Amino acid sequence: MLRFANPARFMRLSAAILPWCAGATAILLGAGLVLSFTAPPDYQQGEAVRIMYVHVPSAYMASLVYAVMALASAVALIWKHPLADIAAQEAAPLGAGFTFVCLVTGSLWGEPMWGTWWVWDARLTSVLVMFFLYLGYIALIHAFDDPRRGAKAGAILALVGVVNLPIIKFSVDWWNTLHQPASIVRLGGPTIANAMLWPLGLMALGFTLFFVTVLLLRMRGRLLAAKIRALRLAA
Amino acid sequence: MSAWLALVRRDLRLALRQGGDAAMVVAFFLLAVILFPLGVGPEPEILQRIAAGIIWVTALLAALLSLERLFQADYEDGSLDLLALMPLPLEAQVLAKALAHWLTTGLPLTIIAPVLGLLLHLDASGYGALVLGMALGTPSLSLIGAIGAALTLGARRGGVLLSLLVLPLYIPVLIFGVGAAEAAIAGLDARPHLLLLLALLLAAIPLTPVAAAAALRQALE
Repeated sequence: MLRFANPARFMRLSAAILPWCAGATAILLGAGLVLSFTAPPDYQQGEAVRIMYVHVPSAYMASLVYAVMALASAVALIWKHPLADIAAQEAAPLGAGFTFVCLVTGSLWGEPMWGTWWVWDARLTSVLVMFFLYLGYIALIHAFDDPRRGAKAGAILALVGVVNLPIIKFSVDWWNTLHQPASIVRLGGPTIANAMLWPLGLMALGFTLFFVTVLLLRMRGRLLAAKIRALRLAA
Repeated sequence: MSAWLALVRRDLRLALRQGGDAAMVVAFFLLAVILFPLGVGPEPEILQRIAAGIIWVTALLAALLSLERLFQADYEDGSLDLLALMPLPLEAQVLAKALAHWLTTGLPLTIIAPVLGLLLHLDASGYGALVLGMALGTPSLSLIGAIGAALTLGARRGGVLLSLLVLPLYIPVLIFGVGAAEAAIAGLDARPHLLLLLALLLAAIPLTPVAAAAALRQALE
């Protein structure tokens, strides 16, 4: 792992895999979108179920990005890996964006289906709490004059907020929620029809690769900015 | 143990010497609660419906007020560097400071809560669960707040940032605290909520000092 701590090696590696990631993202998202529109409508919800193909992948990404952020923060704190800090900090706005999309698309879906834009059940509340944890993290890393202080403080905050992830996942089991219980990652296998599972899986994979692509781009941008600053100071 | 108690006594003495801190927190609590009848109207039915929630939310905000100064004074005059060098682990010191903070903010808030219940026409059956819930919940608030206070040491706009960081983490305590009072008012058993509050406290006691001490160490670097 520390083999990849060398920024120059990271730049070379990321330059090599970035076009493949971007291409795969485009293919998966394209295929996913096509399948989302050709998949059968739901027997109860009709055509409005197609919001699911954006809502569920972004919800899954919101939690995944937080887990990635927490893992990167742990690596940064324990092994002082120089790129782990950067990865966590650059992933945070992406995670906040996915959470925001999840909340908004969920709200748009809830209005025709549940008859309300919002409800304070356990799933929605815990995802909203995660959104504020993201915002708090972003605020904290920018709140110090010394950026390394901000990075370390943010790493601790990210790890403290990890307790929210199992709460989000199991909120629909532990409480009586309006949000439906798990249909995919559950004991007994998925209960969703295959014709709907495929577009969902492709969109989720597309979103994941999109995240990887943009994260690599952001990390490269961050390293290049540091290089520019160093060059300016040396001139 | 005696070093730990000495640290608690030191913080209590400092807080009481300044005098105003506990009294100001209680005064803010009272004022903030009084604003609600003035805002939503004095009808007893409406106030009764939201009394437990108002008392808990304002207790949360009042506890937040004094958190900023938990480590600030020691950090600024250099005592924190000396405390970090003590043989007593930094985690234990965080526990000592959180205990002193609770004794000067959370405990007065818990004691004054029944008076505020009277002002808000809280249903008689809710008082026990309210006070017991606050007695179990406010220490967790001090402990979780200590993490936020340690993380924002030396930050710009530290006070507001502290609130932004700590309030999402306070939400479970709020939910179960109000849940206990509302359950008692509805004639149901408040014990599950109170037990969950106790569980949150028992989890906070070993875990929060670890995070807060880590934050203090990197603030001292």
